[in-house]
Amino acid sequence: MAERTSSARLSARALRRYSRHLLIPEVGLTGQERLAAARVLVVGAGGLGSPALQYLAAAGVGRIGVIDDDSVDETNLQRQTIFSASDVGRNKAVAAAERLRGLNPLIAIDALPLRFGPDNARDLVRLYDTVLDCTDRFPTRYLISDACVLERKPDVYGSIFRFDGQVSVFGAEFGPCYRCLYPEAPPPGSVPSCAEGGVLGALAGVIGTWQASEALKLLLGIGEPLIGRLMLVDTLGANVRTVRFDRDPDCIACGARPTIGDRPLLVSDEEASTSDVPEVEADALDEVLRDAFLLDVREPHEAVLGSLDGAVQIPASQLEGRMHELDSARRYVVACRVGVKSLWAVTRLREAGFTRLQHLQGGLLAYAARHAEFDFF
Amino acid sequence: MRVLAFARLRELLASGELTLELAAGARVSDAWRMLAARHGALEELANSTRFARNGQIVSCDTRLADGDELALLPPVGGG
Repeated sequence: MAERTSSARLSARALRRYSRHLLIPEVGLTGQERLAAARVLVVGAGGLGSPALQYLAAAGVGRIGVIDDDSVDETNLQRQTIFSASDVGRNKAVAAAERLRGLNPLIAIDALPLRFGPDNARDLVRLYDTVLDCTDRFPTRYLISDACVLERKPDVYGSIFRFDGQVSVFGAEFGPCYRCLYPEAPPPGSVPSCAEGGVLGALAGVIGTWQASEALKLLLGIGEPLIGRLMLVDTLGANVRTVRFDRDPDCIACGARPTIGDRPLLVSDEEASTSDVPEVEADALDEVLRDAFLLDVREPHEAVLGSLDGAVQIPASQLEGRMHELDSARRYVVACRVGVKSLWAVTRLREAGFTRLQHLQGGLLAYAARHAEFDFF
Repeated sequence: MRVLAFARLRELLASGELTLELAAGARVSDAWRMLAARHGALEELANSTRFARNGQIVSCDTRLADGDELALLPPVGGG
């Protein structure tokens, strides 16, 4: 045991904690020290992020960043095992970080309750060695891939749909990127998200855990990472296949003549589908509401700290059944917490014949940021 | 030729595995057109789906041969 206590980086307590890693020749003391010095960013603390974060933290990755601007919803608990029932309503990054600190007090956790966007993508990715794409939005997947190409960091990708999962490792110096595999995002609505189409909870565990395993291999420099290979997991048929794919010389991010410039490119399904929805900026809301009604579509747990005076409150999840409470002759500004659900609500209301609709850009959070009396975040 | 369909396409085709009879010299795009003619709902995924022939992702122009296995891989976005 004497040689095992001679680590400059790891305490006696750490050596005990990680002993089952130290026993594997491919990891050992050197590998464990490498993990302790590593920094990993996990984008999205949801179905994939839950297992990935817990295994990375338990494995002793020295610094883990977790970024998510969403809050825990009761419907998340079916698969997002990092959260307790008492976390419902809390920001996911903050709640996940708390759980991880309890799991492993020997490591550092950065809780980032923000949206990963074009303005912060490169700066965030630069701070870490490896990034895990655990998001549930196509636009964010392209952003992560672009930022990783620009910052030359590996992008450990996972995605799920009902019973099917995908895993791969993208990254400029290491092989093809996400855009080489899927140059074109699907049209909005053609590929349902977990919230729309559902997902087998355990599949999220399988895929997120596989991402953690790929990330650990990259950090340790062992094995054959899924670079240039896409793993396809079919839960129903109990089949796992991998297909090979090459770097696309015409890729706009990592090809011979990249055209994305020095900034990740936003390919947004939401923006593309609703670009014709008139927006109200937070600063202009009070003015606009002299002549319009605010329709607040936040869910009850998001609206616990109140809304604006005179707002009509119909949670997005109840909109279908309660549309009759609205008057299509009236003008409505539709608002949610961050400005995503409101776009969806506008689309549904338009289909039902409403025409005088606007949506609040950035949601009530953007409005609250300018009004101290409205501090609900 | 054996066709494997994944994720959303497995649902739209109502099967994860089917057989296609293709003319000699047919390309990946011909196989897709044949399937899309039977299942109109495939159209919305026409531009975003990738194809793997015998385990290698290939372009739509790639020629297919008897005995090839073609996998249809629509994008998957959930997390």
